[in-house]
Amino acid sequence: MNRWLNHRTLPLLATFGVLVILYGVASMRYEGFFTGRVMANLFADNAVLGICAIGMTFVILSGGIDLSIGSVVAFTAVLVASLVGPGGWHPVPAMGLAIVLGGLFGLGQGWLIHYFALPPFLVTLGGMFFARGMAFVVTKESVGIHHSFYDMLLSMHLGLGGRATLPATALIFLLVLVVAVGVSHFTTFGRNVYALGGNPESARLMGLPVAGTRVGVYALNGVCSALAGVVNTLYTGSGNPAMGMGLELDAIAAVVIGGTLLAGGVGFVEGTLLGVLIFGTIHSALLFDGRLNSWWLRIAIGTLLLLFILLQKEITRRATAQARPGT
Amino acid sequence: MKHTSSPRRILAAGACALAALLLAGCGPSSESSGPGGQGDSGQGKVLLIGFAQVGAESAWRTAETRSIMEEAVKRGLDLNFADAQGKQENQIKAVRLFIAQGVDAIILAPVVETGWEPVLQEAKRAGIPVVLVDRGIKVADESLFATLIASDFVAEGRMAAEWLATKTGGTASIVELQGTPGAAPAIDRKKGFADALTSGMKIIASQSGDFRRTGGKEVMEALLKVHPNLTAVYAHNDDMALGAIQALEEAGKKPGTDVLVVSIDGVKDAFEAMVAGKLNGTVECNPLLGPLALDAVLKAVQGETLPKRTIVPDRLFTMDMAAAELPNRKY
Repeated sequence: MNRWLNHRTLPLLATFGVLVILYGVASMRYEGFFTGRVMANLFADNAVLGICAIGMTFVILSGGIDLSIGSVVAFTAVLVASLVGPGGWHPVPAMGLAIVLGGLFGLGQGWLIHYFALPPFLVTLGGMFFARGMAFVVTKESVGIHHSFYDMLLSMHLGLGGRATLPATALIFLLVLVVAVGVSHFTTFGRNVYALGGNPESARLMGLPVAGTRVGVYALNGVCSALAGVVNTLYTGSGNPAMGMGLELDAIAAVVIGGTLLAGGVGFVEGTLLGVLIFGTIHSALLFDGRLNSWWLRIAIGTLLLLFILLQKEITRRATAQARPGT
Repeated sequence: MKHTSSPRRILAAGACALAALLLAGCGPSSESSGPGGQGDSGQGKVLLIGFAQVGAESAWRTAETRSIMEEAVKRGLDLNFADAQGKQENQIKAVRLFIAQGVDAIILAPVVETGWEPVLQEAKRAGIPVVLVDRGIKVADESLFATLIASDFVAEGRMAAEWLATKTGGTASIVELQGTPGAAPAIDRKKGFADALTSGMKIIASQSGDFRRTGGKEVMEALLKVHPNLTAVYAHNDDMALGAIQALEEAGKKPGTDVLVVSIDGVKDAFEAMVAGKLNGTVECNPLLGPLALDAVLKAVQGETLPKRTIVPDRLFTMDMAAAELPNRKY
């Protein structure tokens, strides 16, 4: 296999192919689907999922998993809403506090996972219950936000020509994406994450900072979740303690459909973007149709997920077979 | 190395399966726009309405959904239905997509009261009227929606009190079972009932049963010990009334004769209790909003200004009407 078509890039190409086919079919079926506006909406409407999935990509690349993100999104969203609404804070310090708390929460989870050698699934499951409970402690019902700073952010739009505009939520998502792509390709931390996920033992023997990398990945994901919570307050103009139920599972699905191996070490942030866009495209197509049961989204995502796991299995098998001499 | 199932083949199969899924599902969409020109718009174009529903969590809501969908078909309108599965995020997504799709109007049954400003402002900018059904929202700017179509909970409470006044000749010792404290239906149903009481009618106790059957039963059991001389029970919903009926029977009373029981909602179980002679009356909270909602939609599309509140007419059913009505109950 050559440089552009190997076992690392093939899942990415497959994801891209599926996205093009899905969008193409939907554009043929539904009038007005192939427009800049619908495409821009994919970024605006899936910003929360997208930011979470980007954080999750790093966790999965490192060989871990994080189930707490949906709850952290809800907690940070109601925290910001309560501080700004009834609390009378300015949104900027409220958002800052939420992001710091999100990061510390992730850091704590990462610390437990690394230093006590606990399974990430269970630690973050505990984190999920904890953060969801805290969200309902902050407020039992949805809290609205009314602040001139929010009005300013909400009126911010980047025109793309025609009726297509990117609101603040989409812009934050794109910014996170650019930073994440940069971190994954061009920083020591990024390379360490791949090394840790590929083989933790050899990463340790090579003298890589395993502890810092593992804890850092969860802290980074905490920051991403908190940022997603902030973006959600922008999207709804409120904070709701019940929001984001099951968001972590959607994020994992988007990451895996995006071509990242659940075992860690292989995958790209760019692929996760494609996974999120596939999610958004199916959802949009269902809404454009307007007659289909909305649960078809779950069926389609489930089918895709299974297909991609099969595909990955096959690619990995062939790659290892090729690497062995004499075959 | 000679394996038949190459990754590319799996991929191709997957893509085909998905494309087939997508194609198979959307068969009816192209045909349904057939009987064009029947819409009341007079523009020769079939109006497209987006309907963002909360979900299908109760029989009441399913009845509401069916009513709106059937009415749209009857009037020859195209209706895009989005079930948000109980999530506000999904409802906002649906409304934004309706806007992108360029629908003529949007019907929204908001899952919560707050968090609608950004998306409704977008609809307003796009010039798409939004008709709210069955629940209100908290917004600073009322021009964000055309009208709210919902039952008048105060009137429901008043209807229950008026019926009780005629039935008892104006003298009664009433135990009131309230809904969840702070919930709009509980506040309004309490107020409407209290306003319409005559001087001989007294509320001797009023407590919350949380809109639940077990809540109604427990509160009734406790209150029976303190007020054994009650003559009537007023419950803010049918479920609590059904719980109270159980408690009354266990205390050796005859609900429906010794103690009059009246409640609100008109669910199927309540009609069954009326047929059995245990519940005296229930005020129906009507979920069949379709005709009113689509009237409002068509008016709003033509640029008419609507009153901010459109009341769904509710009616009271009594024991003697129950047997005839029971077969018609869908929820």
